Amino acid sequence: MKANFVKAAIGAGLLAATALAAPTAASAKTLVYCSEGSPEGFNPQLYTSGTTFDATSRNVFNRLVQFKRGTTTIVPGLATSWDVSADGTEYTFNLRKGVKFQTTDAFTPTRDFNADDVVFSFRRQWDKEHPYHAVSGGGYEYFNSMSMGELIKDIVKVDDYTVKFILNRPEAPFIANMAMDFASVLSAEYADQMMEAGTPENVDLNPVGTGPFQVVQYQKDAVIRYKAFPEYWEGKAAIDNLIFAITPDSTVRYQKMKAGECHVMPYPNPADLTAMESDGDINLMSQEGLNVGYLGYNTQKEPFTNVKVRKALNMAINKAAIIEGVYQGAGVAAKNPIPPTIWSYNNDTVDDPYDPEAAKKLLAEAGYPDGFTTDIWAMPVQRPYNPNARRMAELVQADWAAIGVNAEIVSYEWGEYLERTKKGEQGSFMLGWTGDNGDPDNFLAVLLGCDAVGSANRAQWCNEEFDSLIQQAKTTADVLERTRLYEEAQTVFKREAPWATIAHSIVFEPVRKEVVDYKIDPFGGHIFYGVDIKE
Amino acid sequence: MLGFLLRRLGDVIPTFFGVTILVFLMIHLIPSDPIQMRAGERSIDPERYAELQKEYGFDRPLVVQYFDYLGGVLQGDLGESFVTKRPVIEEFATLFPATIELSIAGILFAVIIGLPLGVIAAINRGKWLDHLTMSLSLTGYSMPIFWWALLLIMFFSTTLGWTPVSGRLSIMYYIEPTTGFMLIDTLISDEKGAFISALRHLILPTIALGTIPMAVIARMTRSSMLEVLGEEYIRVARAKGLAPMRVIMVHALRNALIPVITVIGLQVGVLFAGAILTETIFSWPGIGKWIVEALNRRDYPTIQGGILMIAFVVMGVNLLVDLMYGVINPRIRHKR
Repeated sequence: MKANFVKAAIGAGLLAATALAAPTAASAKTLVYCSEGSPEGFNPQLYTSGTTFDATSRNVFNRLVQFKRGTTTIVPGLATSWDVSADGTEYTFNLRKGVKFQTTDAFTPTRDFNADDVVFSFRRQWDKEHPYHAVSGGGYEYFNSMSMGELIKDIVKVDDYTVKFILNRPEAPFIANMAMDFASVLSAEYADQMMEAGTPENVDLNPVGTGPFQVVQYQKDAVIRYKAFPEYWEGKAAIDNLIFAITPDSTVRYQKMKAGECHVMPYPNPADLTAMESDGDINLMSQEGLNVGYLGYNTQKEPFTNVKVRKALNMAINKAAIIEGVYQGAGVAAKNPIPPTIWSYNNDTVDDPYDPEAAKKLLAEAGYPDGFTTDIWAMPVQRPYNPNARRMAELVQADWAAIGVNAEIVSYEWGEYLERTKKGEQGSFMLGWTGDNGDPDNFLAVLLGCDAVGSANRAQWCNEEFDSLIQQAKTTADVLERTRLYEEAQTVFKREAPWATIAHSIVFEPVRKEVVDYKIDPFGGHIFYGVDIKE
Repeated sequence: MLGFLLRRLGDVIPTFFGVTILVFLMIHLIPSDPIQMRAGERSIDPERYAELQKEYGFDRPLVVQYFDYLGGVLQGDLGESFVTKRPVIEEFATLFPATIELSIAGILFAVIIGLPLGVIAAINRGKWLDHLTMSLSLTGYSMPIFWWALLLIMFFSTTLGWTPVSGRLSIMYYIEPTTGFMLIDTLISDEKGAFISALRHLILPTIALGTIPMAVIARMTRSSMLEVLGEEYIRVARAKGLAPMRVIMVHALRNALIPVITVIGLQVGVLFAGAILTETIFSWPGIGKWIVEALNRRDYPTIQGGILMIAFVVMGVNLLVDLMYGVINPRIRHKR
């Protein structure tokens, strides 16, 4: 009797559990994206993280110019066209007509998008006296780190549909900067209303954009709900609802995807990739990342002042072993300081061959027949361009030991590491870079320009020939001419070897089979306009 | 009883100051600069750096910063998050109900399963049932939460499909938080099925979080029961011919409960520590996950505020436990 009761109870429990298994993944035309974290806020001008951009600029807002989805190509956005003055210091944007702002609980727009919105969006960041400048803490880190503050001389509304940016100096990458997330356009009318109501910070909490999706609800660390904006200027999105189910653990994201609780997930755990590949429900997409992982030499410190030493060390590194051991195959060997997905990538560059014997000889020529002692700094954190710096440092250490160079591995806490390498305390060091705007200048000038020594140029490398090439390219609007200059700069870089370019990592994005037309964004974003779900 | 309460409250004040000093100093001992860290590879220009230092108050001596912070805390102001620029107390209030809900479920699970297990083991001392329950509890105690949680998800959610993988509520339900407690909010909402969904979402996190406290409670109950069962008054009760169940439940268990309640009180701290892992794995929007994220971003005000509030809660619960002793055992109540 007792046994029967237990059996019955278990049976009932199972039945109940099965019956209760609620429909997962939601109904048609709702796309669920298992995002990795909560956004810092809802105004992309104020923040720098990709998580925030996914939740805001990439789906809710537009910019004057934009990147064509899945590429680094710049196409018209809220501006239909633009002209650059002959001296390269004036950019005149012709604005798109008939663009609507989203209607929310807090705001109903009475007019279309126009020049006032552009002027507001940039003046807020640029003009310290602007009434909105200090709202929500007022740190415009990305705007400032791209030197926009000092670059812009004035922002002028020519008429309702024309805006002119006057620059202090010609700067060809300016147009690429205008496609970046911080350049998103907010509604000036909404801002005015909120200022009048005494709640200006609402502009940054409850966003109103011109983009394909509008925010409906946000619960911190749990969910962000969006609906398609029906009056979007490029046409309503194919999906009706977009949900970000915030799921910080990568293994759990994968389990959710397997259970049909989400359609797209970012940053898979490398250990799960093999299983994803063989999973019939999942399409594992991949693409080379817009990044480079490198080992830099402090070129102002002996013996790295000698180009022969740098070349010899480069030739001693077995990159194939690093890609296998550190990137677990999810990387390609780098020969240039910019990734192959960026225009002007120099295909003709010949990489330093892996040749320990030749390296030894070169080292002897440089005056170090018995090698020397140095250090390798390894970052304490995992980055997209280098999944395991410590392991990489160990492999390089062993490679260098084979040519008589004894290197000690050094590591500091991340903030400390960045600060000390900036000051040049290191011998050699690991670091990398992920592109901001797809412009070669964003790698070559930021990381290797003479101006950047003591800041992001941690190799402390200032080469006149290289610097003159990238400075010329900065002031030339002609893309063909710029391409030529950057290609030449890459040749100089390779000859002088301030870094050992290690690898460009490969980005993986698992999406469920029913998702149509999803594209990997080279900038690491997750963009859902243009994506559909098969019934 | 009032004197007892006042004495206990008096103990809380120095503990509070101790915690503020500890939290404040510990954070500043981490060799890290939040401004540099946030700037990352791109680095930051010295002028902007100085501006931010001023904004965050880092340009003043540590002692001044501490008293400034303490002044704020005493007025209920925990500062603003460096990252979201929102008041820390506001973020805490939004997220705390989720942690409370999970913790209550966890402790209920631990007590409801752990207490009977301990009693069963004690009255079957040395028999196979004793060995079985104790090995089970040892296994539960030794299992790292993240591993146990993933096993539960893989088995019950992915393979069997009985429970949802993570979150607090199925995304098909749209509920505006009223109390912040999902079980209550779904119950008072008009959405049919939402309450069941919330309940189902609670199952696995509760087991993952409650397993270690459950094991501790089971072991403590067993040893405490064994001690009491050997007492003379139990022999007297049995000799008087009382029903065995009555002897165990009324005479033995009630007296064995004092150390068990102490352990339950102490488990609240363990629960909060466990919540950090459990919340991260189950995407549970509570304060555990919030504090970890703040630590990674060196968001000082959030870390300080969060830990301080947790310390408060743990102190409060322990005060409550002390008062419970008084309720259960009159001798403690009357002791001076």
